[in-house]
Amino acid sequence: MTGLSFELLCMQLLTGVALGSIYALLALGLCLIFGMLNVVNFAHGAFFMVGAFLGVYFLGITGSFWFSLVLTPLLTGGIGLVTERFLVRPLYGRGLDYPLLLTFGLSYVLIEVMRVTFGIEGLPSITPEGLGGTVNVGIGYFPKYRLFLIAATAVVILGVWFFIQKTRYGLIIKAGAADQEIVKVLGVDIAKVWLLVFGLGCAIAGLSGILASPTRSVNPEMGIPILAESFVVTVVGGMGSPVGAVVAGLLVGVVYSMTSLFFPDLAELSIFVLMAVVLLIRPQGLFGKAGAMG
Amino acid sequence: MKQKVTNQTRRKMLIGGAAAASTPLWLNVANAQADTIKIGFPTPLTGPFSAEAQDQVKAAELAIKEFNDAGGFNGRKAELLVRDDKLNPGEAATRTLELIEKDKVNFVVGSLSAATQLSINAVCKERKVLFNSISQSDAINEAKDWSVYTFHEALNPTMTAGAVARYSIPRFGKKIVFLTADYAYGHEMVRAFERAGKEMGATTLADIRHPLGASDYSAFLPRIKALNPDILVLCNFGRDLVNAAKQCTDFGLKSSMKIVTPVLLYTSRLAGGPEAFEGIIGGTSYYWGLEDRIPTAKTFNDAFRKMYNGSVPSDYGALGYAGVKSVLAGVKIAKSTDTLKVVTAMENMKYDWYKGPEYYRKCDHQAVQTVIIVESKSKNMKDKYDVFNILTIEPTTEKNMRSCAELGHKA
Repeated sequence: MTGLSFELLCMQLLTGVALGSIYALLALGLCLIFGMLNVVNFAHGAFFMVGAFLGVYFLGITGSFWFSLVLTPLLTGGIGLVTERFLVRPLYGRGLDYPLLLTFGLSYVLIEVMRVTFGIEGLPSITPEGLGGTVNVGIGYFPKYRLFLIAATAVVILGVWFFIQKTRYGLIIKAGAADQEIVKVLGVDIAKVWLLVFGLGCAIAGLSGILASPTRSVNPEMGIPILAESFVVTVVGGMGSPVGAVVAGLLVGVVYSMTSLFFPDLAELSIFVLMAVVLLIRPQGLFGKAGAMG
Repeated sequence: MKQKVTNQTRRKMLIGGAAAASTPLWLNVANAQADTIKIGFPTPLTGPFSAEAQDQVKAAELAIKEFNDAGGFNGRKAELLVRDDKLNPGEAATRTLELIEKDKVNFVVGSLSAATQLSINAVCKERKVLFNSISQSDAINEAKDWSVYTFHEALNPTMTAGAVARYSIPRFGKKIVFLTADYAYGHEMVRAFERAGKEMGATTLADIRHPLGASDYSAFLPRIKALNPDILVLCNFGRDLVNAAKQCTDFGLKSSMKIVTPVLLYTSRLAGGPEAFEGIIGGTSYYWGLEDRIPTAKTFNDAFRKMYNGSVPSDYGALGYAGVKSVLAGVKIAKSTDTLKVVTAMENMKYDWYKGPEYYRKCDHQAVQTVIIVESKSKNMKDKYDVFNILTIEPTTEKNMRSCAELGHKA
């Protein structure tokens, strides 16, 4: 390995954090839905993909990335609300596999809808005005957009944290996750809470889609590989733990990036090795409660 | 006595039955003479190369139409039977077998991947059906996979990656880094580029392999930047190329190195946008802009524009056209649809369908043709189709191909 320097290691770390941001956001949405509803949302990658498509589409129409950044999560969140109300809700009370299969099927429907609407080639991704090019971060030049991506992720995660920890609704969500019977007895319509949480999870997935769109090509199949990676993140962090999702997301990004530097051939494998190691040492995940799956 | 009569009757019945059975068969053969000439066309209509595959079909349909408009062969019209091979070698073999057994195709043209074309070739070889492959591969020329029924209309990595190396190394430098999709296509491109580069004293600093279909390459880029090569060669295809080009641009690699790619696809450039590909140099079998200097390119483009609302054919699309065109021309010259007669006709053919003169090399049926070196541009574009500048056209020559002996063919 030639030219291994401190700067290179730092660049690699920063690249990993940028990569991990998207993982963290996606896993956060997955884990909100799982923690609250006990639903493993296999359509999460598809919502990510739909978010990327809608984001690029609205950016093309309106010319404003910021407008698109607000509108897209609202729309994917809306699709999420409809999905929960009419598709997932009738399946509550049955096994874990019912909603899993349903959302798995839904993901293929969404992929096909995008193929029909936008074509199989997808849309060319556009880097928003003012965020193109690179900037000197002291250790070298780094793409401006990826720095923005890290910052945007931090803002979203803080927002979700604030919502859950500091608001009345957050309190109900936390209580519902802990013991839904008590919450029902206290006169809260738990069905509405579930609806809201599912919508929120899908909105975050859509938001990650539009945030990721300037860094890669937008195509109907883009959600499939990233779904598998998000599940790895969720398992590493602990099923149903938002803090775990964020920490594990960044960790997976950094592990992937560092492995790419030394053993590029093993990069793809590295995150699965990480998962296996975590499962062996701490089966409930880094931040999971033991028996959360039960 | 009675028994004997019955036996005789039975015998008569059997003879009659045999005659009855054979008569329609004989009639079928006669009918087939007036039937259409069927060309099977397996190609990945779905999956990551679908854009290129659909263009192949469009251009192949044009070749069929031209043949039929010109009266066909002895009144027999041609027909294209398109099948989706889903970019899966197993699926491709099944569809091809179906085309041969069930649809009774006369010839097979198509494919779009190194792996599927080899599986289609294997089926055609076994069934003794002529197959004209329109996708890149080095392996298909080698004696191991090749048969007398195998034709290769497309370029191969030795020709295209070699041409890109011969163009770029003297101009940009000898220190090379490869970013390679980890499968046959990527490996063949690296090998061919290095082969041509060795003669010019080029050295490989690193060959970084990434999994096929990766969407993020950023983790490889700081290292590439630190290696500081003169040339970065992207040995990947389709969406992988789009993503890699885009992210290399985002990470500012272009400021310190030249980015080249053995196959710079027209469709990838359209999908990736002008900024991502700005300044990237690559090889191609065809670019519509050739029409300024090659008359047949102009004729082909105009016919395509007329048939498809003013759009222009892509590189792989043009190969679909040429692949079908060659086989049908072979039928006309041979005055027969008999496979071996058509093979002989094609072996002796000199043709110019769309990009200047070509012919099939006798030993491996590789189409000897030019490689066009293009550079992607983001300025001075006349319309949305105007995406490349033609830098040079490497002339038709067998010198830049692996020799027949090297491929294992008897001279």
